Amino acid sequence: MLEIRDLRVNVGDKEILRGINLSVGAGQVHAIMGPNGSGKSTLAHVLSGRENYAVTSGEVLYQGKNLLSMSPEERAREGIFLAFQYPVEIPGISTTYFLKAALNAVRKHSGLEELDAMEFLSLIKEKMKLVEMDQALLNRPLNEGFSGGEKKRNEILQMAILDPKLAILDETDSGLDIDALRIVAGGVNSLRAKDRAMIVITHYQRLLNYIIPDFIHVLSEGRIVRSGAKELALELEKKGYEWLKSESAAL
Amino acid sequence: MTSLASSRGKENFLSAFRRRFEQGNDGSPLWLAELRRGAIEKFAESGLPTTRHEDWKYTNVDPINALSFDIPRQNGVEIPTTNLLACAMAEGARHRLVFINGFYSAKHSSTGNLPAGVRVLHLAEILSRDDPREASWLTRPTEMQDKPFVALNTAFMEDGAVVIIPGHCRMEEPIYTIFLSSGAVAPFVSHPRNLFICGEGSEVEIVESYVGLGTGAYFSNPVTDIAAAADSVVNHYRLQSEGPGAFHVGVVRARLERHSNLNSHSVTLGGGLVRNDVHALLDGEGAECNLNGLYVSDGQQHIDNHTEIEHAQPRAVSHELYKGILGGRAHGVFNGKILVRKAAQKSDARQSNKNLLLSKDAVINSKPQLEIYADDVKCSHGSTIGQLDPDALFYLRSRGIGAEDSRALLSYAFAADILGGVKNAPLRARLDEFLLTKFSKTAG
Repeated sequence: MLEIRDLRVNVGDKEILRGINLSVGAGQVHAIMGPNGSGKSTLAHVLSGRENYAVTSGEVLYQGKNLLSMSPEERAREGIFLAFQYPVEIPGISTTYFLKAALNAVRKHSGLEELDAMEFLSLIKEKMKLVEMDQALLNRPLNEGFSGGEKKRNEILQMAILDPKLAILDETDSGLDIDALRIVAGGVNSLRAKDRAMIVITHYQRLLNYIIPDFIHVLSEGRIVRSGAKELALELEKKGYEWLKSESAAL
Repeated sequence: MTSLASSRGKENFLSAFRRRFEQGNDGSPLWLAELRRGAIEKFAESGLPTTRHEDWKYTNVDPINALSFDIPRQNGVEIPTTNLLACAMAEGARHRLVFINGFYSAKHSSTGNLPAGVRVLHLAEILSRDDPREASWLTRPTEMQDKPFVALNTAFMEDGAVVIIPGHCRMEEPIYTIFLSSGAVAPFVSHPRNLFICGEGSEVEIVESYVGLGTGAYFSNPVTDIAAAADSVVNHYRLQSEGPGAFHVGVVRARLERHSNLNSHSVTLGGGLVRNDVHALLDGEGAECNLNGLYVSDGQQHIDNHTEIEHAQPRAVSHELYKGILGGRAHGVFNGKILVRKAAQKSDARQSNKNLLLSKDAVINSKPQLEIYADDVKCSHGSTIGQLDPDALFYLRSRGIGAEDSRALLSYAFAADILGGVKNAPLRARLDEFLLTKFSKTAG
């Protein structure tokens, strides 16, 4: 589904990603771990099409197509979803209005009929149960005044509505207490599917107790320095990232 | 050159006045003839303002000086009522006064089925009568009466909307006053003079809608006086979607008595050269005034909003929020003054002006002004100028919403708190629709 080959990315003059290689297949959940500044969020942003990142070499193929030449909205319409680490507050647009506009843009792209207000409302009501979200939030301005937990639940709700093929969760566990984490992870798990891939980016092993990945990759100083099965997370938890830094330096 | 243009403009208006009112007897009662004469004399002293006047620093009215405007004798426009109401965003308006090119149009208006005591009439009826009580509404000294455009209006006024709500009457349905200007061959001018007189404990909603057909040049110079008696609630909307060739210089003067409440919303969407002046005099203890303004432009428009809120009595409250969304080469001006008189202790005045600039060439001059003579007051003001938030844009796009649609949606969202104050549901729906469409076009 996704092939990243020797991806190098600069922010300003600084090289943040220094040759990433990663292959993600349908139905798989890959976790990307790493210390602060290792390039995790940069990878998420580059995959979702954020501006101000300069790709200096390498390529990214998504379903066989050149992902990097696509605009953010094209990527979304083609089935890529980024759950933001810091969801943006947008006063003046309700969650319902926003999500309906988004879903219909995606549906239109896929040649499907746009949903009317009634159809959309019943869909959103059904999906809200996944993340135990309060219905009152729907008519409030998007994310405005939402608690950290509410914002993250809203991200997962959006993911459930937009039904992506590749979901990238950027530090979805940050700022969550244990109850919120359980709800958010429950929502994510219920969205695991044979035809959907996920990339879960996290600093802490904690999230991976709830979302069990198929593969774990450790990012350090812009490179994947170690890949393995889920047990790798436990090893990291025990030894800390310092252990890998020395390995990365040796590369 | 300014003084040349200005003296030419002045002469245009003075000679028009002579032609209209001094050649032969136009049948005016004496009080009116005197009122006109006093006003034209004041205007003759000043002429139109120039940018050397502090109040007109950013707004150059030379284009008005450069043209000579006809005063139409009759409206002479055929338009089906349903089309007219649609243009004015007033579909379904049951109570309405319609003016075309400055003159009352009986066939488009509907003034029946009003609650007992409510009077909805047009100014020409008052001007032709010699009723001292009615005349006093026009002859009493008021704020800004010496200002050139108000003096012009007073000298030339012939028609306008008059609404009189008796004490303790609560109007369920809004009253619409619609001013349609149609593209004409030659530039023309109208000076609508509106009086909204709201009795003690009354409640009413009045919509003023100025709308233009065609792209020709014309000049609208309306003055609206609102009198809110004690304990009254006045909900006022002023919607302006004049044609692109229009000069619109509008004045709203409101006087609020004890514990009265004025909610006034100004929405500027059209016009070429636009100046809106609002003066609210909080002249009774505990009066409350909410001024909301929205100005939107994506072309070459010049939109100047001047507001002055005068706290003259204790414990009055004023909230003001004006928002501008400017694209293209639009030029916006906001000048908001809060004046707190010495007697006005415990005044609570808050003012905010926020602007969204959508293009490199759009300009806004924002100037808050506080003048406070009382010592126990709460006053605040603030002004912001910004662009669309790139994080918000990316957030919307990352969900599949196109770049143009995202920009349109965020521009619309910027206006949302002003639109949220529009409690007239059909009007709100029309504004929502209009703005979303407009921003989609702008962004595309």
